[in-house]
Amino acid sequence: MALKASEIKVGDEYTEVVADNLTRTQIVQYAGSSGDYNPLHSDEIFTTKVGGYPSIFAHGMLSMGATGKALTNYVGDGRLTKYGVRFVNQVWPGDTLTATIAVEEIRDEGGLQLVDLTVSTSNQDGREVVRGSATARIDA
Amino acid sequence: MVDRFPIEAGHIMLFARSVGDTNQVYYDEDYAKTTEIGGIVAPPTFVQASAQFEDDYSLRPTIGEDWFGSGKEPTGVKREPGGTGGGGLHAEQHYEYHRNLKPGDVLHSVNKPGESWERESKRAGKLMFSESITEYYDQNNELVITARSVGVRTERPVDQG
Repeated sequence: MALKASEIKVGDEYTEVVADNLTRTQIVQYAGSSGDYNPLHSDEIFTTKVGGYPSIFAHGMLSMGATGKALTNYVGDGRLTKYGVRFVNQVWPGDTLTATIAVEEIRDEGGLQLVDLTVSTSNQDGREVVRGSATARIDA
Repeated sequence: MVDRFPIEAGHIMLFARSVGDTNQVYYDEDYAKTTEIGGIVAPPTFVQASAQFEDDYSLRPTIGEDWFGSGKEPTGVKREPGGTGGGGLHAEQHYEYHRNLKPGDVLHSVNKPGESWERESKRAGKLMFSESITEYYDQNNELVITARSVGVRTERPVDQG
């Protein structure tokens, strides 16, 4: 169900756990579906011995995709007009990610009702991993 | 640049699973028909999977060519001595959606170079950013999604402290 402008207000928040104890296997699934086979995301030997990182880590786009689940669950399917993020910290196997969507502005643009949202996803230590914004079409 | 990116229902299902999204609208046609959008659609970050259809994509092994991931050795590619760069990471990704993507669409994309800039950081040394814009067009040559990506090469691996 799509959001209704009459039912939301600036400052409203929606929170969803979008990854719970993220597994290496899910990261491999993402490599397979997206086609991004960078060994930094699946090859522990390469990543620790050559890459210089303590372990493999998730694709930034996996955390953006998981955060997108919270967005579409909140605004409804097929309602986004914009979605953008910065990857501010890496996501590691075992992380639990919580996305928070907040209503920043509700506006009318040429007869279309739009909502501007801020998007922030943090790990179990409260460290932000993804920060961004989105805009969606909503009902009146 | 991708010449032909067919949007397929099975691929959408696999992609949705891989981001942990169990929404039926991504795999159940009968359910999807009952919703407002009237059919299966692709999740918001799906066009990232266009890499599957990119010739010579650098992050996919090519049969017969050395791959930089591990096999017998930690990497299959010889590095210059002293070359300990942290490599490339994804810094930002932005999408503008002009319409929803559905199975049966066939996209092609056009890349446009963006800006480049540098910045010093405490955690990874010099950061070299580069931006690229990708426009995805459908089978009717209509713009479906505009993507802006920022990549960063770090001087050394990002310190986790």
